[in-house]
Amino acid sequence: MNLDDLADLAEKYREAEAGVDREVRVCLAASCQSSGAVPVFDALVAELGDAKPSCKVKGVGCMGLCSAGPLVAVADREADLQGSVLYRDVTADDAREIIASVDGPPVERLRCPTDQPFFARQQKIVLENAGIIDPDSFKGYVAVGGYAALIRALSEMTPADVLREVTDSGLRGRGGGGYPTGLKWSTVAKMPATQKYVICNADEGDPGAFMDRAILESDPHRVIEGMAIAAYAIGANKAYVYVRAEYPLAVERLQTAIRKAKRSGLLGNKIGDTQFNLEVEIRLGAGAFVCGEETALMASIEGLRGQPRPRPPYPAESGLWGHPTLINNVETFANIAPIVREGGEWFASIGTERSKGTKVFALAGTITNTGLIEVPMGTSLRDIIEVIGGGIPGGKAFKAVQTGGPSGGCIPAQHLDIAVDYDSLKTLGTMMGSGGMIVMDETSSMVDVARYFMEFCMTESCGKCIPCRTGTQQMHSILDRLAKSQATRAELALLEELCEVVQATSLCGLGQTAPNPVLSTMRYFRDEYEAKLGDT
Amino acid sequence: MPLPAKQPNVRVVTLNIDGRDLSAREDETIIEVCRENQIPIPSLCYLEGLSVWGACRLCLVELAGQGRLLAACSTRVAEGMQIQTNTERLQRYRRTIVELLFAERNHVCSVCVSNGHCELQHMAQKCGVDHVRVPYRQASYPVDSSHEMFRLDHDRCILCTRCVRVCDEIEGAHTWDVMGRGSDCRVITDMAQPWGESDTCTSCGKCVQVCPTGALVKQGTSVGEMVKDQHFLPILARRRHPQ
Amino acid sequence: MSATSKITVATTWLDGCSGCHMSFLDMDERLIELVQQVDIVYSPLVDTKTLPEQVDVGILEGSISSEDDLEKARDFRKHCKILVSLGDCAVNGNVPAMRNHFKLADVVDRAYRDTVTVQPQTPTQGVPALLSVVKPIHGVVGVDVFVPGCPPSADAIWYVLRELIAGRVPDPSAVTRFGA
Repeated sequence: MNLDDLADLAEKYREAEAGVDREVRVCLAASCQSSGAVPVFDALVAELGDAKPSCKVKGVGCMGLCSAGPLVAVADREADLQGSVLYRDVTADDAREIIASVDGPPVERLRCPTDQPFFARQQKIVLENAGIIDPDSFKGYVAVGGYAALIRALSEMTPADVLREVTDSGLRGRGGGGYPTGLKWSTVAKMPATQKYVICNADEGDPGAFMDRAILESDPHRVIEGMAIAAYAIGANKAYVYVRAEYPLAVERLQTAIRKAKRSGLLGNKIGDTQFNLEVEIRLGAGAFVCGEETALMASIEGLRGQPRPRPPYPAESGLWGHPTLINNVETFANIAPIVREGGEWFASIGTERSKGTKVFALAGTITNTGLIEVPMGTSLRDIIEVIGGGIPGGKAFKAVQTGGPSGGCIPAQHLDIAVDYDSLKTLGTMMGSGGMIVMDETSSMVDVARYFMEFCMTESCGKCIPCRTGTQQMHSILDRLAKSQATRAELALLEELCEVVQATSLCGLGQTAPNPVLSTMRYFRDEYEAKLGDT
Repeated sequence: MPLPAKQPNVRVVTLNIDGRDLSAREDETIIEVCRENQIPIPSLCYLEGLSVWGACRLCLVELAGQGRLLAACSTRVAEGMQIQTNTERLQRYRRTIVELLFAERNHVCSVCVSNGHCELQHMAQKCGVDHVRVPYRQASYPVDSSHEMFRLDHDRCILCTRCVRVCDEIEGAHTWDVMGRGSDCRVITDMAQPWGESDTCTSCGKCVQVCPTGALVKQGTSVGEMVKDQHFLPILARRRHPQ
Repeated sequence: MSATSKITVATTWLDGCSGCHMSFLDMDERLIELVQQVDIVYSPLVDTKTLPEQVDVGILEGSISSEDDLEKARDFRKHCKILVSLGDCAVNGNVPAMRNHFKLADVVDRAYRDTVTVQPQTPTQGVPALLSVVKPIHGVVGVDVFVPGCPPSADAIWYVLRELIAGRVPDPSAVTRFGA
């Protein structure tokens, strides 16, 4: 398959769909499914029947506003989400009215305005197809320009060209650390080995984070395309997607996507009529948070116990079975096709000086609009929470937002005006992490928050290194006593010391960052800890 | 049989450890160079002859220009390194780590068969641990006495995995492994069967000898009677994995 | 040496075997030198029945296993300038703390009922109530000097006392350890 074949395929698809000019798009991603999207979809299909040949009911991916699900969008075929009539909290009983509205006035009682800031203030790159295309349709992806970036890279660019575009784009790893993607790719590319691997880390485990799930459920081909471009750039012929088994829908859609891509010659041997070969395989995580750590993840793929090992050597030098390995997160790979398509310079024009592009955030906790958003790096936290997120429901006051999950920290109200990027969050004692944001209102106890995350780290510690294994357990027991107003000042001092030791001495990122929620809540809400002391 | 020659083409580098200028082969780790030069570095999971595990974190050292501490066992030397092995900060961390170990399981030295010959006990003394500030975890684990020659007491296990590694890498039986998560991890034989029912155990006893504490001991030993001999290990390791 | 320059020392045993006090006595002829420098104002080894208001050094053997142990430890902390945990039971719970793995009721039954063949009964009068969890001394009151060992040797105790008499804070790591 070359660029012309791809264009033909897209044209054929458009022809086949020529008669259809209105679409009823039903979000069939996991969160809408859990609020009943499947019966809605079935009802809509049954209701439409053969009545309106120019209209089609289509299952699509995430539209973002999960708290209003099931979401149904009625739109012209080429329209995006904002150009559609969006319905919220749809039930199967609404099917008749919605189908009737396809060529009539909208159903006002179900309307969810798409000009509200939640939609209007977003800028979509990673999620550009989410909620619009059918994730199970290969042709649907091709019709919106999918795989063109891969074919272009293979036919018109050398691996060095690809590396340059990615480096120029300034893209940094979206999994948490923010390591420059171009640098990582170049390092693996320079390794002299003949066997190299690409791994997509889809073991998203932070509580309150669901960006990767939504991407995989909404636009799986985009991730595969990004991986294929990466494999071409670094010289790998084998790739793995490591997905947690708790994401069955994502796994299913990914499997379908891999199968279809392979059947169409976009994976397998001689991709795009070149000498480039790539096999992509899925590996399922069995529920251990630590397997999101790259060395533990690789051990797990190798069939070993999912435990981290000391770095260096880094995976770029010695990864899977000792071979140079490139590991990136789902969202990182999802950014690749647009970068190759539009150029690194274009990508670098978005965002802040040191953090380029957009970032997908999962808004959770006590916030009006729970769901998924994509905004340019540098958007202020206040915009994200108060404007896009719609603020705190029930007239309560905002207290703090936890970013970076159990490895991150909280940001209190006085820092709401910070422009969110990798470096600004670090100066506040937290981190970008994979993009989960848990919003807390004035009723939340920060000691409880710290205890919750410590319990998470304690139960997810793999048990390999001593500080993380036993330190988290000791810190949790002190936090537990604090929460019950039983702890002494001496214990509080011990907690702070344990935080330092565990942070400085743990083997992997899980342990090194486990004290962060404690340190950060102590930094901003010390008074709450003091108030909980039992001996004052 | 003469030992195989070390591989050629390895450069020699110079580095500074605790103010001493030393030379080392580029393929050596910091801990190897320290041991060579009688610079004491505490460790529990590291054992010459076994693969590097990097889990006890006691051998962490400070490297000038590097924010993070480095495990001496898993870090190779490099030209010009400036290393500190025994700063006040490192001493404090080591003390805390040893305390955490004592609090995790039920290490009662006075009634232990390894009393006086235990690496954990020595470590506590060396690191100045004269009491444990954190509360004891008080978890109870069973003792496996099903093997006719040996005994396993989880209460004295520090999960260093020396037994797992020696069984896999030297004996080649891979009877031992680890199950569970966090502090509930346990070393197991075969698929968590009683040791005496293991199909793979060859009863060679290497695991007992390399165990740093009284977790793996010979049957019939009483308080302080279990003395371990690890001299076989480097010799066997060189035979198994000629360099 | 005048009597006024002597430091006052109080000792007692909590849940222990009194072995640490026996080791104290094992200082043998050094005891003669010791009594020239210290006044033992309260101890199972002497007759005094009440703890003086102000004591320089308090030495506790044994762990905190009962209400009575708890009371004594608090009393010592209140009246002693420097509190010493002597021996493994005091320092880390040692053998008495091995019952922590079991429920207290099961432990009591085991001791007074299961293993008794004639008229098994649990004593309730004139004995202090047991605590559900055995703790080292520093688990309930602050401790200044820790002397591990089961028991710490006479040499170790001698070293510690000499340092305290000289007004220094002893570091017993060189002379004793857990289980020594």
